[in-house]
Amino acid sequence: MTTDGETGRAAASYTTDEMMTVAASRELADGAVCFVGIGLPSEAANLARATHAPGCVLIYESGTVGAKPDVLPLSIGDGVLAEHADSVVSVPEIFNYWLQAGRVDVGFLGAAQVDRFGNINTTVVGPYESPKVRLPGAGGAPEIAASAKEVIIMLRQKPRAFVEELSFVTSVGHGTGGNSREELGYPGAGPTVLITDLGVLRPDPETKELTLVALHPGATAEQAREATGWNLRVADEMTTTDPPTEKELRVLRDLRARTREAKEK
Amino acid sequence: MARVADLREAVAELVHDGDSVALEGFTHLIPTAAAHEIIRQERKDLTLIRMTPDLIYDQMIGMGCAKKLVFSWGGNPGVGSLHRFRDAVENEWPAPLEIEEHSHAGMANRYVAGASNLPFAVLRGYVGTDLPKVTQTIAPIRCPFTGEELMAVPALNPDVSVIHAQQADSRGNVAIWGISGIQKEAVLSARRAIATVEEVVEELEPHSFQIVLPAVVIDAIAVEPMGAHPSYADGYYQRDNGFYEAWDPIGRDRETFRSWMEEHVLGTENFGEYLRSVRGEGMVTK
Repeated sequence: MTTDGETGRAAASYTTDEMMTVAASRELADGAVCFVGIGLPSEAANLARATHAPGCVLIYESGTVGAKPDVLPLSIGDGVLAEHADSVVSVPEIFNYWLQAGRVDVGFLGAAQVDRFGNINTTVVGPYESPKVRLPGAGGAPEIAASAKEVIIMLRQKPRAFVEELSFVTSVGHGTGGNSREELGYPGAGPTVLITDLGVLRPDPETKELTLVALHPGATAEQAREATGWNLRVADEMTTTDPPTEKELRVLRDLRARTREAKEK
Repeated sequence: MARVADLREAVAELVHDGDSVALEGFTHLIPTAAAHEIIRQERKDLTLIRMTPDLIYDQMIGMGCAKKLVFSWGGNPGVGSLHRFRDAVENEWPAPLEIEEHSHAGMANRYVAGASNLPFAVLRGYVGTDLPKVTQTIAPIRCPFTGEELMAVPALNPDVSVIHAQQADSRGNVAIWGISGIQKEAVLSARRAIATVEEVVEELEPHSFQIVLPAVVIDAIAVEPMGAHPSYADGYYQRDNGFYEAWDPIGRDRETFRSWMEEHVLGTENFGEYLRSVRGEGMVTK
């Protein structure tokens, strides 16, 4: 992350959600081809594009390649995504020629529930046949998780979201750990990072269990443990996330303000 | 060969009780006018197919048109749940709803196979997920050339597909521009196809990322201005985000839902009258 002059200074005050979005945006390298989910991932990816990664190519599953939205889309197929896109292709093309063909560097996903190996549930809470909560379902996530070269997950850390056992495996992260993902034959590396509102989790190189490696300023490991439904592993040497810079925060808040304004128009 | 028809006549002739019906549109160009007409004509026992069931399938499910839903993502985009869909799955109201769920890639490839007149499609996916455990239409298959283990999904061939497009020309060719989603495959995989359009023009003009569905693959064209509302039609009107938000409390409650549908959909003769009716309540913000 480059900083420029005074706006590179740490911002004085910000919310935990802003910290989460900023931390996630920093994970996206300039020039990366990124398949973006709607909501938090879309916000973080567009923040990256507006700050350190102007050359990233954002793909949305509605078929827009190189989308450059000036406001955040409310849905995956908003007109603003097609307006300045490099190309607009059909849905079979986006999944077959782009994602499955290995042209996507980073998959940027949200989730309803995640487990310790970064597997994702977006299908049901409770038994499938008589669900307590019927969630929207798979969408594009299973194949994004399968075929993107790596996956970034964003999710607010809460016990009902960070669960010991998923009600349903919608999208595979690191399977049952170790090299189980490789054995499934998936080409991509799977989740390389999980960004929450409290900190950053990365898979252990051997076991692939998500391990808390960084805390956002002000958050504690105890808080993170309490917000996790499994016995959370914590790295021996924990780092602290750099707080949002003034520039990151200004760009993010401008983006949100423009989005609100466009919505109310 | 496409002919211009009244939407009521087109639905009466081409959509039957018990049919498998795909009303497609990926956020853009969702065929709301046609969905309402199917509800007005009280079609029953439909197998509803769609990658992204949203408000129109919520309404069709809540009004008892569906016995089964084949889909990959069912939500109110940017807002939250589809409450009528959830009520049907969680509580069997107004009737039990059989579901067959896939991923987007699976659904897209099922349409491609259907449009290609092949029995199935293959893709790299689903392995290790719980989807093959609950969905019978996902099965492993080995590549005869490399030995790679892949997943097969059967073709989708809806009895009838319905799309909304920006324009048709005087010969019945149908043009979509902007995000065209899965509409081409939905039409080409179907036995019968209906297109509602914003307008009929003498000659089609070129537009960015335009596709044209030739008249020979469409059975009926009906002119329905604003027929995709609250979705949008690039070049005509924007997505009505306020309507999607306003739908949440209506869809949430059975009684509120039923009386809203009775007043605005069953209580109106056609989509034009429906639009005036909801505009009167300030629900159409664009």
